[in-house]
Amino acid sequence: MIAIIDYGMGNLRSVQKGFEKVGFAAVVTADPKVVLEAERIVLPGVGAFRDCMRNLETGGFVEPILRVIREGRPFLGICLGLQLLFTESEEFGSHQGLDVIPGRVVRFPDGMSASGEKLPVPHMGWNQLSFHCQSPVFAGIDEGTNVYFVHSYYVRPEDAAVVATTTGYGIEFCSAICKDNLVATQFHPEKSQEKGLQILKNFGAMS
Amino acid sequence: MLTKRIIPCLDVTGGRVVKGVQFLELRDAGDPVEIAEMYDQQGADELTFLDITASSDGRDTMVDVVRKTAERVFMPLTVGGGIRTVDDIRRMLNAGADKVSINTAAVFNPDFVREAAERFGSQCTVVAIDARQVPGEQRWEVYTHGGRKPTGIDAVEWAGRMESFGAGEILLTSMDRDGTKDGYDIPLTRAIVDAVSVPVIASGGVGTLEHLYDGFTAAGASACLAASIFHFRQHTVREAKEYLRAKGVNVRL
Repeated sequence: MIAIIDYGMGNLRSVQKGFEKVGFAAVVTADPKVVLEAERIVLPGVGAFRDCMRNLETGGFVEPILRVIREGRPFLGICLGLQLLFTESEEFGSHQGLDVIPGRVVRFPDGMSASGEKLPVPHMGWNQLSFHCQSPVFAGIDEGTNVYFVHSYYVRPEDAAVVATTTGYGIEFCSAICKDNLVATQFHPEKSQEKGLQILKNFGAMS
Repeated sequence: MLTKRIIPCLDVTGGRVVKGVQFLELRDAGDPVEIAEMYDQQGADELTFLDITASSDGRDTMVDVVRKTAERVFMPLTVGGGIRTVDDIRRMLNAGADKVSINTAAVFNPDFVREAAERFGSQCTVVAIDARQVPGEQRWEVYTHGGRKPTGIDAVEWAGRMESFGAGEILLTSMDRDGTKDGYDIPLTRAIVDAVSVPVIASGGVGTLEHLYDGFTAAGASACLAASIFHFRQHTVREAKEYLRAKGVNVRL
């Protein structure tokens, strides 16, 4: 069973329906005990880093998350669920994250441009993945596949070995990480049509 | 490299997609969920639902349309029309929408935009601006209530203000062009694109594929919204993208 952590941040229904579409039952839960009992865990999230972290803390999710990751259960972070795994974020001041992946979450630089047009922030829309390591979660996803992004901050891991994919937007940034059974994406698989559903399916089959 | 987005817009009332000319002469264009699925298969980059019913019953119908659509298509959904409270936003997001577009409520209470962005994030807070050119001048005025009521607010200034309040995207509709098939208002769109650093969606007036090209190139929009050229099968989204790619616009095929 897949548990999708509900801590009051964002559209969880699409993640749940995405798993159902590819044949996996998923529950949306606000109960940390359910997270501890799940085979696979998904940490989604949109909004501000600080608020998300605060909600994880008040919801009693921090210890359960750290524990299931430590135990090596398949874990998928999406968007803010990727950023929260890092040491700290500079969004609205400096805020501590879960510190599972050493590194920082920083904003896209001001004034980026390409081909004479400025690059808007948020980075919003479909952009390509460039792969840096193999993971079963990306089986069947080709180099250059377009996936859907919407974010103003990106992650900078200290250890380059965790970088699964990068994407170019003014700079080349880390768009997904993987480390053993821990996978997290800056993009939204649940909003990336059939390629995104393929990633959810791969995650559902990971052991 | 980020691709340029094509966004079909579905005007919905009473649970049906309709299309009119400048909000008049509404024609039935079909079931919203079926049309959403069709655009999904054609490779649309996002979908926008615009609730053109003002009543609260209409809003319940809209929540249902969003919920059913989000079960069938896995792409970004924006919902606009009648979004006035934090609770309206929460209902739409819980139903499966990714973004809401705020229009009239932003004009009457700009702090609502700030509240929405703080509560749900800028990424889901779209501010819709309906603008009309001031006759004889290179200046545009913001209108509310579906383009019927002038506000005296300058559209370019307003876009900048909404960005500073936390809007993550601007959906810009030229009320002069909407429904005319004469093409986007390029000077208006360019002026807003140059004034803000968030993405701008061009809307109002698409009649040909060349109009989409102009929206991306001459106006510099991040996304182009269109309704009638797709609803009445004049072109598919895929045809539009093939045309744009052949002309050098970076689109996802």
